[in-house]
Amino acid sequence: MILADIIYLFLKASLLLSFILVVVLVLTLAERKALARIQQRKGPNRVGFKGFLQPFADALKLLTKEDILPSSANKRIFWIAPLAVFLPGFLIWVTIPMAQEVVLSNLDMGLFYITAISVLSVMGLLMAGWGSANKWAMIGGLRAAGQLISYEIPFIMAILSIAILAQSFNLKEIVDDQGTWPFALKQPLGLFIFLTAGLAELGRTPFDIHHAESEVVGGPFVEYSGAHWSVFYLAEYMNTFTVAVLTVILFLGGWQSPAMPFTGTLQMIVSLIWFLSKTTLVIWLIFWIRGTYPRLRIDQLMSFGWKILVPASFINIFLTASVLYYGLGEWVITIISLLLILATFYFIRRGSLSKTKQDTVRVIRADDIRAQLSSGAEG
Amino acid sequence: MQVHQQTSEHSDAIDLMVNMGPQHPSTHGVFRLVIWVDGERIVRVEPHIGYLHRGSEKICESEQYNQIVTLFDRLDYVGNLNNELAFCLAVEKLTETVVPERAEYIRVILCELNRIASHMLFYGVYGLDAGATTPMLYGFRERERVQELFESVTGARMMHNYIRIGGVKEDVPADFEKNVRKLLDDLKQGVEECDSLLSQNEMFLARTKGVGVISGDEALDYGVTGPALRASGVVEDVRVTDPYSIYERFDFGIPVGSMGDCWDRYFVRVEEMRESIKIIEQALSELPKGEISAKVRRIVRPPAGDVFIRTESPRGDLGVYIVSDGSDKPYRVKVRPPSFANLQALEYMLKDTYIADAVLVLGSIDIIMGEVDR
Repeated sequence: MILADIIYLFLKASLLLSFILVVVLVLTLAERKALARIQQRKGPNRVGFKGFLQPFADALKLLTKEDILPSSANKRIFWIAPLAVFLPGFLIWVTIPMAQEVVLSNLDMGLFYITAISVLSVMGLLMAGWGSANKWAMIGGLRAAGQLISYEIPFIMAILSIAILAQSFNLKEIVDDQGTWPFALKQPLGLFIFLTAGLAELGRTPFDIHHAESEVVGGPFVEYSGAHWSVFYLAEYMNTFTVAVLTVILFLGGWQSPAMPFTGTLQMIVSLIWFLSKTTLVIWLIFWIRGTYPRLRIDQLMSFGWKILVPASFINIFLTASVLYYGLGEWVITIISLLLILATFYFIRRGSLSKTKQDTVRVIRADDIRAQLSSGAEG
Repeated sequence: MQVHQQTSEHSDAIDLMVNMGPQHPSTHGVFRLVIWVDGERIVRVEPHIGYLHRGSEKICESEQYNQIVTLFDRLDYVGNLNNELAFCLAVEKLTETVVPERAEYIRVILCELNRIASHMLFYGVYGLDAGATTPMLYGFRERERVQELFESVTGARMMHNYIRIGGVKEDVPADFEKNVRKLLDDLKQGVEECDSLLSQNEMFLARTKGVGVISGDEALDYGVTGPALRASGVVEDVRVTDPYSIYERFDFGIPVGSMGDCWDRYFVRVEEMRESIKIIEQALSELPKGEISAKVRRIVRPPAGDVFIRTESPRGDLGVYIVSDGSDKPYRVKVRPPSFANLQALEYMLKDTYIADAVLVLGSIDIIMGEVDR
């Protein structure tokens, strides 16, 4: 009996892992294609039909490459680090529901579990930075630690306000609670904080500071190659997917759809499709940001996190809690949040404009210079 | 891990010494910058050059004058035609050759196109330095268009060997004017696109405004020239202040900054592309018919003596000094490359900046190692 249970669990876990792997393969291709569209090129189009087999070619190449161990590296830490980055990200998936019944384990403290586990991956990045015995990797690892820990706070706070609104830590109940209105409408500020902090947690543009190619040459991953390197990127794309999925579950109503005429298996499939299409939208947004923005500097990142996001997330929680406590309509949160977002943007923009957007470069006509030169020569 | 046991003045922290380069993706070639950092802050920098030294100046002494043009192609390998022009102008001044009008106009058109191509490369790479991937593709797209034209005119995409002593190698193809006009339309649109993509981006402004500041006086003291000098507010452009070729005939603008920071250095170049387009348009409408080369002997033997000429290459003041002993080979050739002089100011600009700024400041000087090391 117990053995059967274990085998059953193992099977479910393997199914989840293979699902994640497929998603990552699709995501790598999707990102390259999306970026190519933004950058007016075609993207991979040689392997398979229109390049659709490119991820397999990439995976094959990475797996057959030599795994290099730097001579002065700390061997144990160096080899464990990729796993330490990958595992926390994967463990989150145990409790993430994809449709009404599609979930490995529906934990009552699901949200709490997710926030607790996701922090652990910073350990892996630090380990990779330290174990590589490379100075760039070390700087990258320290950057990652600073960045991830600072942005963990607004990330968790945004999640917390959702928990207050839904009166539950259970992801399924949170989705069910959004039957009529998705929380994005009640929590615009929360959504903004969650997405921004989520991007920083992922280390994606404009927050890709810890593995900035042009600064720290890939950061903690600089000494890795082959399969171990691919595990890092597996983790990165998996986490991208996780953040997108969490955004959908917490803010966009999960698998809820305007109308659901089906029941049974068909209902499950259709809601799964709804869920995945919403996720695709969020992922596209993340890719879009990557194609548009340059990178922030580490001190700017920190000051943005601590001076804007953290206070904003506290205000959001306070707002949500007091509105619920005094029994005001939830639309009050929406209006105040929107006003807050607008005010924040206004002040950021005004503050930076007064400093930066002056016409510091002017064009002097060549004739004027010539006239001045000739008069100078005469006089 | 090797930790440098040197404590900085303002803290009791131990500085970490890191090597940026010669194999670092954002050193634009094989440049090595040794940085002592206190956390993220730069305490001291020490630039090392010489990884691309090929002894070009020495090789020049054993080549005939005609053969040296190809060596100049390989100095600043992004602004090839401007380099060829500088050498040819020097030899022409020495031999007192009068270049036909048509050749002068073709030279100016191609050199200004080359300036646009070079600045487009800068634009793309600078975006990449700042962490944005898209500008690179935009910049390279425009540069590719220019290079296609170069290929149709000179037969080569990069090492053209097209400007010769006394004129140019051969006449431009029949559809040259039409092609350049079409190219200019594309470039105008391309410059606007590039400008709107990056220049006023909030994060880009935050990264570049007030970073790597150098005042006009300091810049002059360090021998900085070109866009980097003009960004500091000094009005100095050899094309206007000490005109060569036929530049005194054109009406165009000199973009001048006022802050001397990275953003000004960046934006001066963007504006320069617009002004170059104006020059090309004027030159194209005035393009005369006629000879494309003066009567120059196959083996040039300038009279004994020396000559110095300065031109405005995309990177700044490019000087060429030639000493002739009357034979078919120069006695000595000295190049004053703008990148080399501009690079001197790097250490000054990097005072009190972050590691991430080092990349941007280095990028904003727009060095070409082929020219620095020669």
